[in-house]
Amino acid sequence: MSITKIFVSGDAAARGVGADETAAAIMALAETRGIGIQLVRNGSRGMLWLEPLIEVETAMGRVAYGPVASGEVASLFESGFITGGAHRLAHGLTAEIPFLKNQERLTFARVGLTDPQSLQDYLQHGGNRGLAAALKMQPADIIKCVTDSGLRGRGGAAFPAGIKWKTVLGASGAQKYIVCNADEGDSGTFSDRMLMEGDPFVLIEGMTIAGLATGATRGYIYLRCEYPDAHRALNAAIATAYSNHYLGADIQGSGRQFELEVRLGAGAYICGEETSLLESLEGKRGEIRFKPPLPAIEGLFGMPTVINNVITLASVPIILDRGAEFYRTFGMGRSRGTLPLQLAGNIKYGGLIEKAFGLTLRQVLYDFGGGALSGRPIRAVQVGGPLGAYMPESQFDTPLDYETFAALKAMLGHGGMVVFDDSVDMAAQARYAMEFCTIESCGKCTPCRIGSVRGVEVIDRLCAGESPAKQEVLLRDLCETMIHGSLCAMGGLTPYPVISALNHFPEDFTA
Amino acid sequence: MSNQSPKRIIPIKLERKTSLSADDQKAVHDSCARLKALPGALLPILHDVQSALGFVPKDAVVIIAHELNLSRAEIHGVISFYHYFRTEKPGRHVVQLCRAEACQSVGAVALEAYAKRTLGIDFHGTTADGAVTLEAVYCLGNCALGPSAMVDGRLQGRVSPERFDALIAAARQPS
Repeated sequence: MSITKIFVSGDAAARGVGADETAAAIMALAETRGIGIQLVRNGSRGMLWLEPLIEVETAMGRVAYGPVASGEVASLFESGFITGGAHRLAHGLTAEIPFLKNQERLTFARVGLTDPQSLQDYLQHGGNRGLAAALKMQPADIIKCVTDSGLRGRGGAAFPAGIKWKTVLGASGAQKYIVCNADEGDSGTFSDRMLMEGDPFVLIEGMTIAGLATGATRGYIYLRCEYPDAHRALNAAIATAYSNHYLGADIQGSGRQFELEVRLGAGAYICGEETSLLESLEGKRGEIRFKPPLPAIEGLFGMPTVINNVITLASVPIILDRGAEFYRTFGMGRSRGTLPLQLAGNIKYGGLIEKAFGLTLRQVLYDFGGGALSGRPIRAVQVGGPLGAYMPESQFDTPLDYETFAALKAMLGHGGMVVFDDSVDMAAQARYAMEFCTIESCGKCTPCRIGSVRGVEVIDRLCAGESPAKQEVLLRDLCETMIHGSLCAMGGLTPYPVISALNHFPEDFTA
Repeated sequence: MSNQSPKRIIPIKLERKTSLSADDQKAVHDSCARLKALPGALLPILHDVQSALGFVPKDAVVIIAHELNLSRAEIHGVISFYHYFRTEKPGRHVVQLCRAEACQSVGAVALEAYAKRTLGIDFHGTTADGAVTLEAVYCLGNCALGPSAMVDGRLQGRVSPERFDALIAAARQPS
């Protein structure tokens, strides 16, 4: 009897809409019918509106069916889906679905294709080639490769990764650290989560390479506790990496050491700010630190520390494997390589889109996204998380590029895009931005701690029509103070969504 | 200072009265013993205690403070900083509703109102029958399939009021 390989994603988002039940139904019916199958719980392909997505391996390639609720599984068997049979939920070959076909997947090359916990799958799909290359190189050459690739921090600040690493290489300390910022707290973002669940070995590989490049022998992944699935995936993959000598005292017989551990956050948004994260890792309140000193000089436990986002570190292996030139051919201007975009909110086809920098917001929203889920016009898009600007239709032709966004007083950030249709009340969104800051401010600096509270009050008065002209002046002045007077991006960027909402949608701020 | 006398050491006694059961005390001691050698051990210990007991009781703080050689005030400062840690016993099931923007764009505000109304509680509250504690959460990383919720650590997407009712009913089923 031949065995058919069937894929049902084990990603948390897929599980959240019933993938476990669908997988169980497939197993049960295959057994009843005496059909031999091998069920693989892969990462998500990122076409989240199709979850639970079932893929069947055929001679032609993998055939997709979705979204398949557990109650639909029987009809799939009736239709002969085991051999790729026709069905109203069939989408043909997965790789030919335009949403996926039109992407450029480098960092997410394996996500959705492989069994995330199979080291063998990982190696067969190009895994650990970057590490093998790095093990033959001098630290300075690894760093040169990362610098030449143009890779910038994908967490939001877009600082060149190679320069950060070089500082740590040059700093002296008894112990150096690689810290992965996996505190993906921005609403509208989930690429870190998908990557950690869908291809955890690539993050381990990237961090190990960072260790080889800087002389750091110890690493921590600071993971938000809202991601229990990613926690399990990382811990299991780390254990496998240790037992196969991809981590530990003697990596692949090189005599080089790298130890790695996951630490959980505890629901504080501010701990995504790098210095606050380091405080939290040290077991303290996550209050931000003054800079300087930079974490690269005095970071975790006062030692030189590389701190990078998940996607930054996970992009390193392919750069080492394929070379800096390969990576930098993607992108535009000073934004090189690809960005895994996350299309979210009120959108018909939401999910993960990895593309070279340079495509426009409109292409993402309509060519990939298919417009609003509600079928109504898209009125605003918040790009870059809760601290990012709300962008109106008139800015939809902006190309995705760090500098172009900055010039508009917007930010690309971690690549999250939250779509709102025309039923949105932009004054309520502005108020929420301030309210969120009151809840999540670490409290260290006054503009953020007090300013956000005052911000909520001023917006309430403005919208209640209490001498609105005066309130608007006050609100803008308060925002200026927060932008220039806050210690970190929390207070410094909260005004972005507020001011952009006020500038582009003033009609919503009336009584 | 002039007139220095030899330092008198004031012995600090652990409070003997505790509201913790013997089992719970042992759980807290075990967490400390297992984790206190870690660099930055406090958060791992608090997580471990909360996952064992469901919350971090006041009397657990006394033990942790002693074991880590920190003051109770320092530990209170850490617990109160982080939204996730709680110092009161929760209901048998913890339901977290996402309040963040992506979920707002697909009806999270209405879902939040519905949840509070049908459960008869506000955020951080527990239903009278002790079954459900409702918490706010700011993003569960499920932003393309909102509104999102997490029920006892399990992510749920596209949570309509009907689905919310079904999740609560399932949670209330005696297991």
